[in-house]
Amino acid sequence: MNKIWLIIQREFLNRVQKKSFLIATILVPLIFPVIIGGLGYIAYKEAESAKPENVQVIDESKLFKFENTKRFNFILLDMSLEQAKKAYNETDDFALLYIPAFDINKPEGVAIYTKENPSIEKVGDLESLIETQIHDLKLKEYNIDESILKSLRPQVSLKQFNLTESGEEKSSSSGLLYGLGFGLGILIYMFVLIYGIQIMQGVIDEKTSKIVEVIVSSVKPFQLMLGKIIGIAAVGLLQFTIWIILISVLSSGALAFLGLKMPQKQAMEQVSKSFASDPEVKDAMNTQNNKAAEFLANLGEVPFGKIAVVFVFYFLGGYLLYGALFAAVGSAVDSQQEAQQFQFPVTLPLLIGYLGLFMFILRDPHGPVSFWLSIIPFTSPVAMVGRIAFGVPDWQLALSIVLLIGGFLLTTWIAGRIYRVGILMTGTKVSYKVLAKWFMLKG
Amino acid sequence: MNALITRGVTKRYANHTALDQISITIPERTIYGLLGPNGAGKTTLIRIINQIINRDEGEIEIFGEPLQEKHIEIIGYLPEERGLYKKMKVGEQLLYLAQLKGLSRKEALDRIKIWLDKFEIRDWWHKKVEDLSKGMAQKVQFISTVMHEPKLIILDEPFSGFDPVNAQLITEKILELKENGSTIIFSTHRMETVESLCDHIALINKSKKILEGPKKQVKAQYKSNTFVVEHRGNHFTLPMDRYELVRQVPLEEGLFSTTLKAQTGIQGNQVIRDLIDIAEVHSFQEVVPSMADIFISLVKGEGDESLKKHLQEA
Repeated sequence: MNKIWLIIQREFLNRVQKKSFLIATILVPLIFPVIIGGLGYIAYKEAESAKPENVQVIDESKLFKFENTKRFNFILLDMSLEQAKKAYNETDDFALLYIPAFDINKPEGVAIYTKENPSIEKVGDLESLIETQIHDLKLKEYNIDESILKSLRPQVSLKQFNLTESGEEKSSSSGLLYGLGFGLGILIYMFVLIYGIQIMQGVIDEKTSKIVEVIVSSVKPFQLMLGKIIGIAAVGLLQFTIWIILISVLSSGALAFLGLKMPQKQAMEQVSKSFASDPEVKDAMNTQNNKAAEFLANLGEVPFGKIAVVFVFYFLGGYLLYGALFAAVGSAVDSQQEAQQFQFPVTLPLLIGYLGLFMFILRDPHGPVSFWLSIIPFTSPVAMVGRIAFGVPDWQLALSIVLLIGGFLLTTWIAGRIYRVGILMTGTKVSYKVLAKWFMLKG
Repeated sequence: MNALITRGVTKRYANHTALDQISITIPERTIYGLLGPNGAGKTTLIRIINQIINRDEGEIEIFGEPLQEKHIEIIGYLPEERGLYKKMKVGEQLLYLAQLKGLSRKEALDRIKIWLDKFEIRDWWHKKVEDLSKGMAQKVQFISTVMHEPKLIILDEPFSGFDPVNAQLITEKILELKENGSTIIFSTHRMETVESLCDHIALINKSKKILEGPKKQVKAQYKSNTFVVEHRGNHFTLPMDRYELVRQVPLEEGLFSTTLKAQTGIQGNQVIRDLIDIAEVHSFQEVVPSMADIFISLVKGEGDESLKKHLQEA
């Protein structure tokens, strides 16, 4: 045991003391606020430069009422199209909209003239403006008045409740759960992949530098493998902890710095200023506030304690399961390039879990595919953590945990048998047949 | 006491037997040469003694006890393929390896200082291994092998990679270790090393031990009572009942070199006595086989008879 401890110490200290560790640990979290800050800055600049554009309108049908919007200022002209075209060419205005006199049941001949190719978005905006007006005009034709029109477009937001078996109501928020499952699942996927490959790299280094024979004359190969896996896990946990702390501190810092200037907020402030007297808008704002309160309430309902415990278990379980396999791959080859052929089959189930997270678990957390993905040990670390926030029956959780423990004991055992032979074999062309032979070899 | 005894040690792999019933006895405080061509099974045997791999059959006794895990600490092993952690500093690396061999941190620090002083490389402590030359790294590796004062030291091709000056330095250290009570196993193909350093030898070929014993005895065993005499004039008649003329070669100025084989039981002095009466003897030498001769002939699998023939013709 004492010797495993020495190995863990070396693996840990040797990596943590490297300059590259320091750089990666500091730079990676910096990327996030830089991205957030950068995006915020771009959005802010865009919002600032996005002034409404002038659209000249010739309305020969005399049916439309154009009100200025955030995007467009409408200038109504009273002249022929030919004259207007000439006049338009001399201005900097965005477009010339031509509406001929037409039958409301056959709206044809509407045309737009621009100097540059307009974006689909802008054209679409104008189209829907006209469509809504025609729609309203038609309804008026059928003698439906405006108050009915308004009530025809109700705004509904579903309030979600989970019925527990005792019939108790619990409000829930699938958006929140989605985000939680997504974030935690990806975290595990990244952790296993990043540090699993470090294990493999470490084993290859020891093998190619030939130090391994000296080491295994002092300790058992299995001790060396285990010490390396645990040592690198400690490095990973330290690095991830620092990342999470730094990212949350820096991101909230970046948001706070930009927060007051965020475009949505700016817009909202303007809206509330100009329409504060309008009772309808007030209503809408109240709903908004209610929603925020509801979100906070839902946040309280999510069993964070349980999720945290489950997360830590699958975080380590998944790492140990794959870590041993990465060690075995490293022991079998003489170089990083050679490792690729075995690396893919090892990472494949992890990738399946990761894809399954998006395709099944977050969409249908209780469906059969989600169930199996969260039970099978190779995919369960990513899948179960993605699912746990949605509520998983205890027996499923227990089964998955037992299988994962069994799974990593099995992979560690298999990997250990390959590893002890592989580390002393250089210059062998390794195939799956050879690996099987190593595995079968007696002590 | 014997440092190490193996009895019938056997290791089989799927397609071949790497070691077949190897029984050797290594006396304490000797330098023991483990000889054999590439692929004979030397490394397998060494790995079994180091408990890196397990034997299928046979017993191993080390200083009177059956070989167990705790004995790792009294063995020092220098593998043929040298290697150190490239990114680690010399001092840290030696400290780590010494602790893996069971030394406490404090003991390890003391021993490392002593050894760095012995090689006059005290200022290397903070150097990274990747910044050392090959010869320098070899020295560090040698220190890592012996710093825990192992009672049994196993050196696989210890001189490869050393220049003559450093090889001499290492030789001195090895002899010093032997003086201080260590037993040393050499695995090598270098016959000059074996000639000059080894007390005992064993020859392994094709997974089997084919020869073992004290070096002198082995050589004596392959002596064929053959002598080379340089003399003036070729007009002498040998007492044919006791000698056999192998060949006679004329040298310059009327000198001849004659190789003759004496009957078993006739000692060198008797030969001189017989010759003095019939020729003007300039030089006289008994033909003793070199270790290289014995090695090559036995490995070629031609048996004792052909060895003798080979030696006579040499």
